[in-house]
This record gives sequence, C-alpha cells and structure tokens, in this order.
Amino acid sequence: MMSTPTKQMGRAGARSRTLGSLGQLFARYGIVIALGLIVLALSVLSDNFLTSGNLTNVLRQVSINGILAVGMTFVILTGGIDLSIGSVLALTGMVGASLVAGSKPHSPILAILAALAVGVVAGACSGIFIAWVRLPAFVVTLGMLSAVRGLTLIYSQGMPISNLSSGFKFLGQGTFLGIPVSVVLFGATALAAWVVLAYTVYGRRVYAVGGNMRSAHTCGINVRGIIFSVYALMGLLSALAGVTLTARTTAALPQAGVAYELDAIAAVVIGGTSLTGGIGGIPLTVVGVLIIGLLNNGLDLLGISSYYQQVIKGLMIVAAVLIDKARHADAA
Amino acid sequence: MNVARHEVMSGSDLLLKAEGIQKSYGGVLALHDGRIELCAGTVHALCGGNGAGKSTFLNILMGLEAPDSGRIWLNGSETRFASPASALAAGIAIITQELSPVPDMTVAENIFLGRESRRAGWFVNQTVMRRKAAELLERLNFAVDPRVKMRRLSLGQIQLVEIAKAIDQRSSVLIMDEPTSAIGDKETAVLFDAIRQLKSAGVGIIYVSHRLSELFSIADEYTVFRDGGFVRTGLMKDIDRDELIRLIVGGSLIDQQCAATEPEKATLLEVQGYSRAGEFEDINLSLKSGEIVGLYGLMGAGRSEFASSLYGISRRNRGRLVMDGAEVEINSPGDALKFRIAMITEDRKASGLFLSQSVRKNISLTSLSSLSRRSFINERKEKAVVQRMIERFHIKVRTRDQPVRQLSGGNQQKVLFARSLTTSPRILICDEPTRGIDEGAKREIHAFLAEFAAQGNAVLMISSEVQEILASCNRVVVFRHGRQVAESPVTRITPERLLHWAS
Repeated sequence: MMSTPTKQMGRAGARSRTLGSLGQLFARYGIVIALGLIVLALSVLSDNFLTSGNLTNVLRQVSINGILAVGMTFVILTGGIDLSIGSVLALTGMVGASLVAGSKPHSPILAILAALAVGVVAGACSGIFIAWVRLPAFVVTLGMLSAVRGLTLIYSQGMPISNLSSGFKFLGQGTFLGIPVSVVLFGATALAAWVVLAYTVYGRRVYAVGGNMRSAHTCGINVRGIIFSVYALMGLLSALAGVTLTARTTAALPQAGVAYELDAIAAVVIGGTSLTGGIGGIPLTVVGVLIIGLLNNGLDLLGISSYYQQVIKGLMIVAAVLIDKARHADAA
Repeated sequence: MNVARHEVMSGSDLLLKAEGIQKSYGGVLALHDGRIELCAGTVHALCGGNGAGKSTFLNILMGLEAPDSGRIWLNGSETRFASPASALAAGIAIITQELSPVPDMTVAENIFLGRESRRAGWFVNQTVMRRKAAELLERLNFAVDPRVKMRRLSLGQIQLVEIAKAIDQRSSVLIMDEPTSAIGDKETAVLFDAIRQLKSAGVGIIYVSHRLSELFSIADEYTVFRDGGFVRTGLMKDIDRDELIRLIVGGSLIDQQCAATEPEKATLLEVQGYSRAGEFEDINLSLKSGEIVGLYGLMGAGRSEFASSLYGISRRNRGRLVMDGAEVEINSPGDALKFRIAMITEDRKASGLFLSQSVRKNISLTSLSSLSRRSFINERKEKAVVQRMIERFHIKVRTRDQPVRQLSGGNQQKVLFARSLTTSPRILICDEPTRGIDEGAKREIHAFLAEFAAQGNAVLMISSEVQEILASCNRVVVFRHGRQVAESPVTRITPERLLHWAS
C-alpha cells in the first residue's frame, strides 16, 4: 500500500535532485561563469582585448588589488574587516621609498624589509585592539585608516618621494621569465594563501573562528591569537602592495591607496566569501579580483566612461551577495 | 471527563486536519505522508525520532514552508498558509525549539513585539504593556519580572517568556516544539498547569517532546511519524511507554541499561574548593576511573557554570584541581584538552558545532595536530579517522562533506561526541547530552557513555532529567543556588529525594 506513493516520490525526488544540483552548480560557480562571459564579450566587442600586451596589462593592473584582496580574505573569513589597508599601503610605500631615494640609497632589500616590518606593526596594532581589547574591527580599522594616513603625511611632510634607485624599481617594472614582477608577487601570494587556507591546521582554525567563535574556543583554539594573526598578515600584505605600487609608479605619494580597501573588499565579496565569516576562499577571491580588473579594462577599451564603471561595479557587488544568499537558503 | 472526551472524539470539535503532506528539499524527501487530526481542548502528542519529518510538518502547518502536495483544513475549511503571519492571523501559534528573544529589550517588550500597546497611535505605551505582561505572567504563574531585559534571564526563563508570548496570541491551535527541553522539572510543572488552563479554554495543542514520561502525563492523543511518514494515531490511555517507543524507533534496539560498571578505586580528577563569584561556591568532588557522576539541580543552580570553569571556558576565582596526584592548572579549553578532558557543551549550535562546515571538518577539528605533519593536514589520515567515528556512532550522513547544518539534532549531537573522542579523553564532561534528541540517539549516547566509563575513564554528566540521572549514573551530586547540597550513590535515592534536595 505504501510502495506506490513512495516510488512516485522517488522519481520526483530524482528529478528535482538534478534541478537542485544544477542550481547548486550555478550558485557555486556562477561567478566563474560570469568571468567567462565577460572575457567572451570583451573578445567579441574589442579587437585589442585578446592581445598578450593587453592581458599582461590587466594582470599588472590587478596585482595590487589582488595582493590586498588575498589578505582581506583571511580577515573576512574570521568575520572581521580591515578598512585601514589603503593608509598602511601609503605609509609603507613611503617608508620604503625614503630608504632608496636620493644620492645615497640603502639596499632595496633593506627598504623592502623595513616597509614590511612597518606594515606588520600597523596590522598588529589593529589586531591587539580587536582580539584582546575586543573593540569592533570596523571601528578600530576606521581609526587606523585616519591615524596611519596622518602618520604618512607627517613622515613625508606631505611631499611625494621620487628619484628611487633602479634596484627598487625592479619590483614594479621588472619582469621575471617575461612576466611582470608585480604579477608574479600576486600569483605567489595567492598560491601560498590558498595552500595555507585549504591544507593547513592554521587555515582550518581561521575558518573555525569565523564559523563560530564560541565553538572554536570550546575546541581549544586560541581564538584571540588567530584574530590577531590575520590583521598582522593583512598589514604585511598591505606593505607588500605598498612597495610594489611605489616601485611601479616610481614615486611614493602621501595620497596613495585612498579607498583601496573598497576594491579589496569588493573582490572578496564578489568571490562569494561571506562577510559573517567562515565561508569562502582564495580561488574565488582571485576570480573576483579578475572580474573587477577586466571590467575596468574592458570598459576602458570600449570607451565607456569610468563613471559607468563605478555603477557597474556596484551592481556586481550586490549581485554577488544575492547569489551568496541564494546559496545559503539552499543549504539551510 | 470521560464523557467530555467522548464528545470531543466524535469529530464535531475537529480544529485542524492535515493529510498527505509531502515535502522534499533539494531532491531529498523529508516528508512523504504527514497527517494529524487535532480536536479542541486536547493535547495531541506528535512523536517521532529525529529525521521523522516532524519539524518539516510543523513548518508547513505554520506557513514557514510550502508543501509539495497535501491538504490542510482549519475549522472545516481548506486552507494553506503563505506565511507565519497568516497562520497566526488564522489562529495558529507556535513555540519553537529555537528561542528568538531580542536580548536588549525587556520581557514585556518581547511579549508584545510587533503588537505593542500604543499611545496616540505612534508612541509605545510602556506602562500598559508592562501591566498587561505582569498580569499574563501572574495568571500563568511564571516567576519572571516583566521589567528586566531578556539578556539577564536564564534559558529556562526565556523559554517561559516565549510560551507566555505564544499563549497571549489567543490562538485556537498552539504548537509546542520541545517546550521543556531547556527548562527544569519545577518550571515544567508550572508549564503543565498553564497547558491545562488552555485546554479547558478549548485550545488544541500539538505537543512535541522527546521526554516520553511528559507525554503520558499531559497528552490525550498521539500521532507517530517515522522516516517522513505517518505511522499510527490513537489515545494515550490506550498505549504504554514500551509500545510508543516501539512505534517511534520502528525496530528493536539495544536494551536501555548497559548498566555502568562498578567504579574502580583510582581517582582521576579531584576538584577542591572551586568557586566563582555569583555562580557557584566551594565545590568539592572527585571523579574515579570507571564512574559516571551525575550533576543534578534546577535551572540556574550553577551546574553549567561550574562545568564551564572546570573545562576552562570561564575562569574560577578560587579552587584547585588535582589529577593523578599532581595539581594542574586549567585556564582555557586548550589546557583542558592537554590534560585529556573533553567537554560537550549545553547548546550544541551556539558553542559546539560549525553549522556551515562539513561533518568531516567538525569531527577532526580538535585533533588536527595529530593528523598533520609540519602543520599540513594529512587528509587521508583525517578521512580515515572521521569515517571510523561516523561508523562508531552510526551518524547518518550522505557524505563526510555534508554540512552539519543538514543533520538532525541527534546526529549533530553524535558529531560532537565523535569530535570529543578523537582526542582520546580520559574525562568527558557533558552538559545535557541528550536534550532535544530522539529516543534512538539517546540510547546510543547512554550506551556510549557506559562503555567509555567501563574502559577506565570517567564522565561528569549534567542532566535535568531525573530518569536519565538515575538510569545512567553511578553517583549523583546535587547543586542548589550555586552550592553542593548532597551527594549519593544512585542506588540509594529516589526521584522524590533528588527533587527534594534540589528545590
């Protein structure tokens, strides 16, 4: 008596399972499909798009935001946010530049290490206030955004530093096996970050802290240490982006990096990392970075005003969050 | 009473009827034949194990989800609710298992959330709201002050407020999903009085609880679901406990009491003078190898707080801990795990699981260091350990990588047990380990605890269920108002004595 309805249900179940998994596929890889569509559209619409020169150019343009977005992925995975990265980028670029400028430049290695150290210290300051003093990340890093920008202006007295040594400029203008060094740095950073998040104990703990802080504490995880570490790492990567940008533009500007945090956050969100933490990852962040870069580049090629580019980017962010929401509704 | 009962059953007072309700999620069939017939002035127990489809069925009745097929009648006319608001408007209210208070609002504000008393149409009239809330709570005999913020209430008090709120909607159908899972025996008695009041006012109540003894004391009728389908319905007085359990589980199970073995002599852990201001004071107890010690008390007696500080989640003000004859310091869960003490907390969703992450990652998290080399996780080893645990605890999953969110309560609880076991603990602290889970999973967990203790380990179990304490512990320690008031082997006590000590 029961067998007939059960069988029917089984068939209906199988059908909706195929539909469901198609939906899941789209929800999960929708952003990759979007990237593919953008590439396809641009190749058709512009003859200049699919040239190696232009593609290299795109990659060089996204490398700074890419490095920042990798760091931001860690921060957002713990459920945090870092608004200070543009300021940290400016300060570290300035510190690096000051050491290699003028008639008696220091070694570029020393300059880079000094800049990275300043970045870690800045990130660690945010980290201490967020992890131990337990202030909201938004507020702490908003404060840092202003304070570090001020330090940059004090340090530089509001003046740009140019006339950098050629060894330092290699970082922004040189190539490695024919690939721009800045692109190599972005690739290496993303690769290392992906391995760390996906395959190490530390990575699992980052996800755990963002997924449920109380559960993570119960599991014996040093929650504060993990939170502190992601901001310190963010500082390090902001500094890497800072020296790379300075080397590429051959000058450190006190106003460098203003609003860069927004593009980094946008890339992470477009890549489907959840702002509440615990869900997401590096590969899709890279896709998000490429989408933003391609949109900027493609719309330039097509001669569309940069004013429209901002509107389109805004819509992309909201669409990405909508996809993310649909995916969660499906999982619940 | 019997005469009245007879009239009720004649069908003239049929309030709510549902039949042939079907629902599947992402291709997985959760419910294939949900039905119920609820009469006015009765308490109808809806029974079934986890995954039986009860929650899905209730969500459909409440308009939270749309059924794939099936029909629902309310007061004789066919309906289908598009949203909880329309169900509520039609007179169906629910008290869910998941509490959803607004912590920074007062009790009165929470009770009248969305239907505030107003002044001049725009402004909230606090005075009237507070008075009405006070009257309501008094009528129900709930000891809660309407002026305090929800944040300051205990879990049990929050549950009572949610119940009062649902009752005040003056619905003709009230659904109670595990209303007693978070409250102690004393609050339960208060709740039952309130239910009897509602019954005599003609309200029909669908009552879901895993505590079977409760069903026999409060329910008039029962309906059993199993594996997403209707099994049987009837009068409570025509069925006994064993028969009901048989209907719920469907097959035979291992016998309830794999009686815990006689404790050996070796003391594993000794707690001396543990105190934490405002929570508990001067707690002294020891755990011996092979022993299951029950911690009994009413809500707010300080049991969970004590267990949390023992495990290092919160700090103690005073007290020493001696393990294997040497004093040890536990100031964080990490320390506790190092000394091979594991804990399963009271609220598995808030402080145990990572709901959006996979079963695999949930189980392996605490033992990652032993599953990795130079901080890189050995996934092959990890999968093997997780697979062993899934089999060991009979956790029902489609794949290891299924998100924990999708599992039933009993299986989620088993995931926590599996995780704690991966660190090979010698002492296991569990806080309400069988709350809100089905009879089958309950038995498996009890059997596991007995076996764990028999291997020379020790268990400290907090439970608000007298039956659970008496059936699975060797010894019981009773807390009252943050103090340890009694200690006794369970063989020498009765449920009455236990309640007497605790209250």
